[in-house]
Amino acid sequence: MCGIAGIIHKQGGKSVNIGEQMTSMLQALKHRGPDSTGYAMYGPDNGNQVLRFKVAEAADLEGSYDIHAAIESRLATIDSRLAELGVKVVSKESPTEYAHRYEIQFSGDMQKLADFIEDIEGVEILSIGNSLELVKDLGDAAIVSEQYGLNSFNGTHGIGHTRMATESDVDIRSAHPYWAYPFNDVAVVHNGQLTNYWTNRRALERKGHRFSSDCDSELIAVYIADKISEGVDLETAMRDSVEFLDGVFTYLVATKDELGMAKDVMAAKPMVVYEGDDMIALASEEVAIRKLFDHPIDTFDPYHGEVKVWQH
Amino acid sequence: MATLNKDKSHEMGLHEEQLKGRTQQRFFSADESENLTYFHSFDVDTSKSATIDALEMTPREINGEIRTLMEKGIGDITVDNPMSRHGVGVGILNRLNLTFSDSLGYFGCGLIDGPNVHIKGRVGWSCAENMMAGTVVIEGNAGSTFGAAIRGGDLVCRGSVGARTGIDQKGGTILVGGNTGAFSGFMMQRGRMIVCGDAGMNLGDSMYDGTIYIGGEVEELGVDCVPGEMTELDIRYLTSKLDLYGIKTPKGVEKMQKFVSGKQLWNYDNLEPHEKKIVL
Repeated sequence: MCGIAGIIHKQGGKSVNIGEQMTSMLQALKHRGPDSTGYAMYGPDNGNQVLRFKVAEAADLEGSYDIHAAIESRLATIDSRLAELGVKVVSKESPTEYAHRYEIQFSGDMQKLADFIEDIEGVEILSIGNSLELVKDLGDAAIVSEQYGLNSFNGTHGIGHTRMATESDVDIRSAHPYWAYPFNDVAVVHNGQLTNYWTNRRALERKGHRFSSDCDSELIAVYIADKISEGVDLETAMRDSVEFLDGVFTYLVATKDELGMAKDVMAAKPMVVYEGDDMIALASEEVAIRKLFDHPIDTFDPYHGEVKVWQH
Repeated sequence: MATLNKDKSHEMGLHEEQLKGRTQQRFFSADESENLTYFHSFDVDTSKSATIDALEMTPREINGEIRTLMEKGIGDITVDNPMSRHGVGVGILNRLNLTFSDSLGYFGCGLIDGPNVHIKGRVGWSCAENMMAGTVVIEGNAGSTFGAAIRGGDLVCRGSVGARTGIDQKGGTILVGGNTGAFSGFMMQRGRMIVCGDAGMNLGDSMYDGTIYIGGEVEELGVDCVPGEMTELDIRYLTSKLDLYGIKTPKGVEKMQKFVSGKQLWNYDNLEPHEKKIVL
């Protein structure tokens, strides 16, 4: 089933506590997917890039005596390779033993950086961006938010996901959001099933794109990345995706300045939209949006094949 | 016990309307001896009122409180702060004036038979699913599968509704003040659907029977759905029904388009009405 939610504030880029807002919305959608929860939130750009990565799965820590040493080794290798590429690490945070956040300065080839780091066994880059903070882990929104300290996150917009695993494993690799490798600040969340996943995955892999999981939702992130690499704007890429993707889906994409939604041509997956003067909020169910308001609101369901993009 | 004014319903054309030789609606008579009394129906007094503040209540608690009030004979209930919760106002099997002061989530007012419900906000997916009788009036918009498989009553949305409106509709009337999405009237089998605005693609796809009226543009007709001829009876019926709920069509009732099923199923149309109950 899965639940997705998004929020964007139209206050000229002014930051608000979207961490708390996203947690409220995602927790209200817990019944749609209790397996994992993910956030892609956009904060102020201070000129540095944020590199989020994991060096193991949460489950790897259970029952393996060697994993702690392996994690230390992987982190050392990452530091070494970053230095080799001329990356300046400004700060490091480790919310968990397996998930890490580096603030870096790097003006080189982002794909080369991503490939070089992901070449290390067990390492996966969750996101790179100037504004994007992508966090995903097992459990509901309250657990993940507490674990990563997200309830005080200030920013302009964000998307999130509560996952009920149907097509792939219950692990961080298969959790949403997906970063649109190797593009800064692009993330995707999806509710649905894509029936032409393998055909199109193979086609995109032949074009040089990488997939980090077997989750069909990753196809959307890679497709959007492919379109962006061809110079296509986000809204056009999303409109094209409605034809390209087969199956039932509603998905959200966020970039540094935009938040978009798309719905399949049969309108088979839910999405409720609130469009206010200062804020747009979207969710699989209105019950999530109502967590942001103490008064009645007007909402609507987008129609089949509909694509909408908002800017902050 | 109430009696139906048969002369009036005949005057409106509800009994005479024929499409391809089939009767559109078979009316229930309150005087018939085979009337059923449900196990969980209550004798309520609509002059007795009560209000429920649902802010901190679960859907189960809200529905339980509505039932408790009905057991006490209260026939006019207002639910404040439903907060878009799912599955609220369901399984009410007797007459009751029920008002929700705000929006409902999914499956609101499903499986009802008799109450008059007024929702002052919007509703999520599958509102009034399997409704048998009564009225449900929504002031805002509605989600997809609005009125799925309803068998009777009037289901009214003053705003726009999502996809698959009236899927598997088996009777009753669905009235939409705005637009409706794709696959509306999908596998429709009986009843009437009135949409004052536009309809999305595949309207009336695979419909067996029933009548769809559209006031605006139709993106695309589905398989088996064909234009029907608007008659004087149609116009009188539409005028009466729209006036009843104070809803207007942008171009006027006379400009509405009518759509019916273009196929006849041998094992559906050849059955006697009592046999059709088994099929339905």
